[in-house]
Amino acid sequence: MRSVLARQCLRALAFAVTLLALLGAAPQIGAQGGEPQYFAIRGAKIVPVSGPPLENATVVMAHGVIKAIGKDIAIPPDAWIIEGKGLVVYPGLFDSFTDVGLPVATPAPGGANEGAGGGRRAPPTGEISRGPEDRPGTTPWRSAADELTLSDKRIESWRNGGFTTVVSAPKGGMFPGQAAVLDLAGERASEMVVKTPVAFPVSFEPRGGFGNFPGSLMGALAYAHQVWIDTDWSARAQAAYEKNPRGVARPRYDRTEAVLGQAVEEHMLVLIPANNSVQFRRAIELMDLWQLDHGDHVDAVIYGGQMGYEVAGEIGARKQKIPVLVNLKWPEREKDADPDEKPSLRTLRFRDKAPSSPAALAKAGIPFAFYSGGITAPKDILKAAKKSIEAGLAPEAALRALTLTPAEIYRVADRMGSIETGKIANLVVTDGDLFDEKTKIKMVFVDGKRFESREPEKPKDPPKGDMTGKWKLAYTTPDGPEESTLDLDMASDGTLTGTTTSKHGTASIISGYLSVDKFSFTINIPIEGNPTDVVFTGTFDGSTLKGNIDVMGFSIEFKGIKPSSQAAATSGSVIEGRARSDSSVAGGAQ
Amino acid sequence: MRIASFEILKPWRTAVVCLLCLFALPCLTPAAAPPDAPPVILIQNATILTVSHGTIEHGSILIKDGKIAEVGTSIKAPKDAQVFDAAGQFVIPGIIDCHSHIAVDGSVNEGSVSVSSIVNIADVLNPDDIDIYRDLAGGVTVANVLHGSANSIGGQTVVIKLRWGLPASKLPFEGAVPGIKFALGENPKRSNFSIPGATPRYPTTRMGVEETIRTAFAEARDYKKTWDDYDKRVSGGDKNAIPPRRDLRLDPLVEVLEGKRYVHAHCYREDEILMLLRVAKEFGFKVRTLQHVLEGYKVADEIAAAGTGASTFSDWWAYKVEAYDAIPYNAAIMTRRGVIVSVNSDDAEEATHLNQEAAKTMKYGGLTHEEALKLVTLNPAIQLGIDKRVGSIDVGKDADLVVYNHDPLSAYAVVQETLIDGRVYFDRKRDISEREAREKEKKALMEKEKKAEEKKKAEEKKPGAAGEGGKKAGARPDEKKPEEKNPGDKPKAPQTVAVSGGAR
Repeated sequence: MRSVLARQCLRALAFAVTLLALLGAAPQIGAQGGEPQYFAIRGAKIVPVSGPPLENATVVMAHGVIKAIGKDIAIPPDAWIIEGKGLVVYPGLFDSFTDVGLPVATPAPGGANEGAGGGRRAPPTGEISRGPEDRPGTTPWRSAADELTLSDKRIESWRNGGFTTVVSAPKGGMFPGQAAVLDLAGERASEMVVKTPVAFPVSFEPRGGFGNFPGSLMGALAYAHQVWIDTDWSARAQAAYEKNPRGVARPRYDRTEAVLGQAVEEHMLVLIPANNSVQFRRAIELMDLWQLDHGDHVDAVIYGGQMGYEVAGEIGARKQKIPVLVNLKWPEREKDADPDEKPSLRTLRFRDKAPSSPAALAKAGIPFAFYSGGITAPKDILKAAKKSIEAGLAPEAALRALTLTPAEIYRVADRMGSIETGKIANLVVTDGDLFDEKTKIKMVFVDGKRFESREPEKPKDPPKGDMTGKWKLAYTTPDGPEESTLDLDMASDGTLTGTTTSKHGTASIISGYLSVDKFSFTINIPIEGNPTDVVFTGTFDGSTLKGNIDVMGFSIEFKGIKPSSQAAATSGSVIEGRARSDSSVAGGAQ
Repeated sequence: MRIASFEILKPWRTAVVCLLCLFALPCLTPAAAPPDAPPVILIQNATILTVSHGTIEHGSILIKDGKIAEVGTSIKAPKDAQVFDAAGQFVIPGIIDCHSHIAVDGSVNEGSVSVSSIVNIADVLNPDDIDIYRDLAGGVTVANVLHGSANSIGGQTVVIKLRWGLPASKLPFEGAVPGIKFALGENPKRSNFSIPGATPRYPTTRMGVEETIRTAFAEARDYKKTWDDYDKRVSGGDKNAIPPRRDLRLDPLVEVLEGKRYVHAHCYREDEILMLLRVAKEFGFKVRTLQHVLEGYKVADEIAAAGTGASTFSDWWAYKVEAYDAIPYNAAIMTRRGVIVSVNSDDAEEATHLNQEAAKTMKYGGLTHEEALKLVTLNPAIQLGIDKRVGSIDVGKDADLVVYNHDPLSAYAVVQETLIDGRVYFDRKRDISEREAREKEKKALMEKEKKAEEKKKAEEKKPGAAGEGGKKAGARPDEKKPEEKNPGDKPKAPQTVAVSGGAR
């Protein structure tokens, strides 16, 4: 009952906050204080990953941390209780290598010239690099943690897909920067950071053909090695100079060497790319050359890993097993491939066998984790993981590669990766087995904050008319009339996609449909740092839209017309609107 | 080579066992398991072209532990020996291609700089390159894998054995002196290449090429001195000496100065050939081989006097201005003037018939049968400093052998088997017999893919199931060759001419 009260309070607060947001004022009141701090999921199947699954068990979260887990445990009196019958609770999923949370298309200054994949590269732009001394594509001081933005839509979509945690790294260049472990929620971007830095990825992507060093794979490899040697030399020369600065020329300062030197000293993980077996072996050689295998631990991780089925035995035979991050974007025939194209047998075998790599790695005792690679929809990440199960991987191992193993690889298993007392309350709650395609993700907890997942709504009946096109929406906030534009695309089944643009910015429609003449579409915008749904519902009469905008439990009316037909419109574009509190429009608690 | 029952009294059974053994040897699909080394092999009844000491009719070669243990006419097969009856067939030492660009991952040129000695072909060997297998099918067992010719001083190079199926680390020829590519003339001065919008790279003249090499070696000499001074200070008890920074670009040039690394210089014109020989003399190093060296016949005496080898084409010319004065007599003339000459491919396809390329020198210049054969076996071995191990059929050398069905210098000769270190890496009969199975597997896999795609499409078409994923092209294995691999130095079909086709 207390939870209902809490919700009422929340709603009252939300009203005030939203009002301010809609007004465009700079709100001074934060949302803190109103959020529940205690949750309990009661009577659910709990899969801790660190131990065997528990049937009909309870997990209690308090202040962002897992407080207790078990059969008969006390639930704090002020906890929001979720009845878990029919639900399965997993640790929050972990995407072990991505750039979710980072602004898209921010190439490193002087970073890699990303040409149209594989083809002849365009003439290099920006600064021309004439050798290693120009430090091409080298920005190891960049830190994912410092570049985060909440405006990345993938934060929400990943979270809706069950992912609570990612390791994100800056992209672009050969030493793009430092990776951080992030939890996918926070009022401010920096709140997402769980640990930084945890690793620095390297890539051997050449820059620009004949115009820009390095222009070849061998150039990139040689360059990386020269940087490594320079870093080592810099540390030793500096130390020697500090001991006795008189009579010797002072060693130069180099930002790259300073940052990498520090990283090496702190045993930070180096992420080395290797997808096919040639690259795998090359990565191992590099790891040995750079002395990253310390006998008792390895400061290197391979990413790519899709030809693991060919080299797992070899790598598994090493005393210290180098962990592998497996790219779940399995190789496949290009969509627009020449139908007459006859790929080589080796290519065909690779495409066929790639999903069996995780099973091979597991068999060889090599720790591995999954990452989304080029996958853009989170539900496809689980589908891809399932492919590896179909190719022989135990489902438990697949789950582990999405939870505890990545936490172990990045050395944060002391705080996350499994459902254990004291760990961060990152959970994903489903209505069935995670890898079952019919399973729906019901809710996600990130740092003990609850997020409800929704499947995009589907139209029930075929649409009447076509809403495709540009619309002008008009409504009145307590501050006066306001307009925004709507750019819609409607599929033949009535599914709506597109964007809305107001003076507050542009947002994409995350879910929408037209069913007969009833439409509904939802955008999600940050209000007070919290991603918040704004739902547009109403009627489409063939030429105009009429309905309500609902935000966190209150509602204003709006009307929409196509600017092209504005002249023909009978009345003015602005209609009266009013704001009203409506706590009965449920925000979605149980 | 037919497998014969050595002991006539044990008839077909032995033959079948041997047959099975042989068939279990090489797996000819890419990245397949390497063939096992049979402990002892006896090839008998063959016409053996030893290259070093004439021809042996009805001869036998005994192979033990991958080495040639005996060569003669009356060798008794030891127990457990696999016996191959090579009646009517010809055995020669494995062909050595002194100028190759196969088995390289990515571009063969680090074309961004005029001195790219920092890069090393050995770092990017790709053992899955199908050209390795194709070269094997042409009888090639050793290749000098060179960096391209985009730079006055190019990258470090490596001599490999074509051990198809083994990982990259097993390809380099053990103990072979590493090399470095130099290039003179039109390619390094970028006469025939330009990238729209890009600043032209220095040098743009032959004078500039010379200056670039000279400057680089002056730098290397200073760098070497810095290290020598440091070593002296340390050995003199100076504990405060800060070590010089290791420079991966200058290290190989110091090795050249110290005679620990061979210079393989791409060149065409007589003037630039003489220029390089002068510069090398000035800095006190030797040019190990001149590559292409199409005007070598004009300065053959000077090349011979410098103790430099020449590795040329049989009869390619006029594909660019600096190749106008080439003649097919080049190899023969240089040979007659005392130069160690080899004929190379510079091209994966050409490499599959180097025997024929060598044969042309019999017509153009009148080399003897053995002299011609030497151009692709013993001579390149000498040039690469590996003649103690390979290049001829002599006791103690590696069992790198090629079996032809005809005289290898005949246009009808087809390679039947290619052995490296006594292992069969190419077997023509086996290849043919496996083609059907491979085609079948390929078809089945393509069918499987097609079905999966159709299934996926059907799922996506289900109303409301508008999946976001799978819009982008999937990851691809790195088997597609970059365009830079096209030889820019040689004539070829017009459709493959690329604007900046990697200079060779």
